[in-house]
Amino acid sequence: MNLSMKWLEEFVPVQNTDVKDYCNKMTDTGSKVEGYEALGEDIQNVVVGKITAMTRHENSDHLWVCQVNIGDSTVQIVTGAQNVFEGALVPAAVAPADLPGGVKIKAGKLRGVESNGMLCSIGELNLTEHDMPGANNDGILILGDEYADMVGKDIREALMLCDNSVEFEITSNRPDCLSMIGLARESAVTLGLPLALHTPEVKGAGDDIANYISVRNDAPDLCFRYTARVVKNIKIEPSPMWLRRRLRACGVRPINNIVDITNYVMLEYGQPMHAFTHACLDGSQIIVRRATDGETFKSLDDIDHTLDSSMLVIADENKPVALAGVMGGANSEIADDTKTVVFESATFLGTNVRVTAKKLGMRTESSARFEKGLDPENTLPAVQRACELVEMLGAGEVVDGIIDVYPEKKTLTTLPLEADKINAFLGTDLSEEYMIEVLEKLDCKVEGGVITVPSFRDDLTCMQDIAEEIIRIYGYNKIESTYINAAMTRGGRTPRQALEHNITTSLCAMGLNEIQTFSFISPKFYEKINLPEEQRRSVVISNPLGEDTSVMRTTALPSMLEILARNNSFNNVDVKLWELATVYLPHESVDELPDERKCLTVGMYGACDFYTLKGICNKILTLAGVVGVEYTAEENNSAYHPGRCATVTDKKGAKLAVLGQIHPSVAANYGFSAPVYCAEIDMEAVCDAANKKIEYKPLPKFPASTRDFSFVCEDDLQVGTIAKIMEKAGGKLTEAVELFDIYRGPQVGEGKKSVSMRVTLRAADRTLTVEEVEKVSQKILKSLEKDLGITLRS
Amino acid sequence: MKEMLEKIRASALECLQNDDADLEAIRIRFLGKKGELTAVLRGMGALSAEERPIVGQLANEIRADIEKAIAEKSAVAAEKKLQAKLKAEKIDVTMPADSTVGHIHPLTLVQRELEDIFLGMGFSIVEGPEVELDYYNFQALNIPENHPARDTQDTFYITENILLRSQTSPVQARTMEVQKPPIRIISPGRVYRSDAVDATHSPLFHQLEGLVIDKGITMGDLKGVLEIFAKETFGEETRIRFRPHHFPFTEPSAEVDVSCFACGGKGCRICKGEGWIEILGAGMVHPNVLRNCGIDPEVYSGFAFGFGIERIAMLKYHIDDMRLLYENDVRFLNQF
Repeated sequence: MNLSMKWLEEFVPVQNTDVKDYCNKMTDTGSKVEGYEALGEDIQNVVVGKITAMTRHENSDHLWVCQVNIGDSTVQIVTGAQNVFEGALVPAAVAPADLPGGVKIKAGKLRGVESNGMLCSIGELNLTEHDMPGANNDGILILGDEYADMVGKDIREALMLCDNSVEFEITSNRPDCLSMIGLARESAVTLGLPLALHTPEVKGAGDDIANYISVRNDAPDLCFRYTARVVKNIKIEPSPMWLRRRLRACGVRPINNIVDITNYVMLEYGQPMHAFTHACLDGSQIIVRRATDGETFKSLDDIDHTLDSSMLVIADENKPVALAGVMGGANSEIADDTKTVVFESATFLGTNVRVTAKKLGMRTESSARFEKGLDPENTLPAVQRACELVEMLGAGEVVDGIIDVYPEKKTLTTLPLEADKINAFLGTDLSEEYMIEVLEKLDCKVEGGVITVPSFRDDLTCMQDIAEEIIRIYGYNKIESTYINAAMTRGGRTPRQALEHNITTSLCAMGLNEIQTFSFISPKFYEKINLPEEQRRSVVISNPLGEDTSVMRTTALPSMLEILARNNSFNNVDVKLWELATVYLPHESVDELPDERKCLTVGMYGACDFYTLKGICNKILTLAGVVGVEYTAEENNSAYHPGRCATVTDKKGAKLAVLGQIHPSVAANYGFSAPVYCAEIDMEAVCDAANKKIEYKPLPKFPASTRDFSFVCEDDLQVGTIAKIMEKAGGKLTEAVELFDIYRGPQVGEGKKSVSMRVTLRAADRTLTVEEVEKVSQKILKSLEKDLGITLRS
Repeated sequence: MKEMLEKIRASALECLQNDDADLEAIRIRFLGKKGELTAVLRGMGALSAEERPIVGQLANEIRADIEKAIAEKSAVAAEKKLQAKLKAEKIDVTMPADSTVGHIHPLTLVQRELEDIFLGMGFSIVEGPEVELDYYNFQALNIPENHPARDTQDTFYITENILLRSQTSPVQARTMEVQKPPIRIISPGRVYRSDAVDATHSPLFHQLEGLVIDKGITMGDLKGVLEIFAKETFGEETRIRFRPHHFPFTEPSAEVDVSCFACGGKGCRICKGEGWIEILGAGMVHPNVLRNCGIDPEVYSGFAFGFGIERIAMLKYHIDDMRLLYENDVRFLNQF
């Protein structure tokens, strides 16, 4: 909502208020100012001039040399316009002058002839044909005879260009402030100035409205009040300058006197008005009714709409003439030959207007107001004001009589004034007298401890609302800050949150950078990672911004690969990243919320290999307290290299993670020719597998014995398999089985490898004898030979 | 015999004068089983009973002297050898070392700092679903269907009743449903609004909201908590300013500014000359919200507040384009 300070002066004496100060104070009491514009400030040294003489330019066949009377002197100005004439009144920019858009006018010579300024067109003054009817941009603005006694006057005063337009952000609970009167009320209480409101008076021109229209309300649940008056003998013409300027300052384009009046009243009272041509009505009855399904309607902007029975229309006997609260119909639009108009001022159910406007995609200034819920008590003053303006402007004759269909008068809300409760709630110590004073300035009535809320304040429904009214006027910032004086609470991170915190800190210590990626992805991303069709079902956004962000990811792998690829394209080398990402796994039914699981993704390229990644996974699992995990070769995960991928399971066989080199064809989809490694760790599973108990075990008292075993085996025999057999064969004396060397080369032959394992044996209660160690060693060797067919390297 | 002994002493000490002397050879030559001193002592039997102890004592003295001289010489040599070894082992300490360390994403960094501030005040962290029921995102929070306030948050919908939460407030509603006061929680997390990506907008961003419910909670308490937050986050000198506003789920509601941490309130580029920076929304929990969640507003009161983590991160680290946060260029990430 833009407010004209000049207009505001009509209600509140703000003439001497600094506009910046005004803006700050209004913001402090709850009417947030977004900014203000000092209108006309960009025009300097432009006056009303009178061309007293003009001659042809000696060196040009289209330029004119004008002598322009600017009040106290005459200046010579050269112009190329052809519509000037001797005696014309024109805006004359007298050098040095400023024009809108930062244009500077300086004295100089035009083809050798001195020119001390410029005659201006409407465009050069930042005006349009709507502001100055009859003028056009092809020539100089020629002012009417009414400006004859203004020669020499600043053009900004002559054309009423000076004003301050203050832009307010009005919150949805205060539709009353979408009006000059509403903001005037707030201004008065904020500035401590008196508020002078005006009661419109209509003289009337006889006749009887019953001769023109009657109104039937078939939908009292959607239309609370329908008020109308008729104006005849209309003379459509431009509105006077003052009215046009006020509309402009509020950001509304002037059109003609009748349309301007409806807009003026909407801005002044916050009540959208509709004016329609009486002659276009079939019959004399106006019917407020629900549309029929499939009924068609062409709105003022010439767009055809198909209506349904949830929508409210204003209709005559045969057709809708307006979509209630949204827009009038093209069929009854005010035209230059309109003779009789009906002014409608009504109140509709806000949500119904909102739904209709949304369905038809036609949110208007009118619907934006109605949808917030307007005050039915406002319709009559508004229509009266419109008629008063008609008489004031001489735009027509107001027919006697008012149609006012108001089935159920609005009952006013009453609330107890609970000063103690309010103070306890706010943490203040304000007197009841002060509270009453504030409430009364806001048009509440307070009698015997009962507050009667004015009809335009539907937002005041409880003690907390009243508290806000009082505190916003008193000053939010005068509340003293206190510390909570209440029961102690047990704060802190849950074990799960602490674990995530530790793991993420540790990942950074391991040299990996954290990334954050969008949770929604393109469905094409699944294709890019070769995800099997049956795993692609996702939670789908019905109104996405674009395909790129249209489904909730079921895997965070593509997000990681996108970021790796981006870093690769930036030529960043040796990149290691992780993300604690949420994935969204849909249930069978779309009406069920999906499973949201946290997944830790790790991704890297450059100086790293599978075992770098495996090491990181091991560390994470150890930090999480997961012991005894098993890595199994995974050949069937289509995103990964079939020979370089593993799944990680815990002791109970629960799947914790998958990791490996990304399949070269998937990597290629992301522009990689070199290997990329990724891991996806299911944090929920890790947390389930985590052993949070820490229990001390006594340190060994007796020395350990180690035995090294080296043997040659087939290259595809997994070290993990060998180690498992050795562990099992070693029995409870086996403390550790570790790989300490692996060798492939000509000495061991093609397709073979030499594996060296070290077994550590220890008993808790004694030093093992050579015989005992030998016995275990033999057992291990026997098992290896029996199960794997491998023997010691000779 | 005495002369011979003195001669041995002189001879031995002279040998030791030489810097390159082989100490072991000298020891063997003079003090060894077949050494010169031993040889002289073997001749002691020929001495008289009077002379014997005198010569014996002298011989022992000489032995001790030579041994001491050898030991001293040996210590010096060892030290010299060590010095030479250390010198040979000298390395270039200006050569680079591996100092690779990962960096926490700036959003996580800010979120953690914020979490720690509130954890210190007895808050717990509660998380909730991002794909949420319309009921928790709107209706429970006093935003019924077709409420105009829904317009200010362009929401992504999955079905008619399921949406991507547009705020983390549904976590508050869920918490109030299951927990009796006192409640003191923060809920950080991702929220979604249908804003196209540009330097200051993102369809996905992070919020951190707080909720306190108990008997006798006042608006002054809200200011107290937010003042602590502001000072901890932006510096001890930071002041806060409340401006009245409207949110359907709080009453009274406020937008809260902090004094500009760059200029201290004088007005600068960062605060656009205002001296204040809008940072969060807050208010006293609306009685309808309390009632919707089964808490009696006649008995309990409380406050809620919420802010955008991106906004704070951008202000704190002078990040001028929100897209950097989701681009994840390691050259950007390495700065945090």
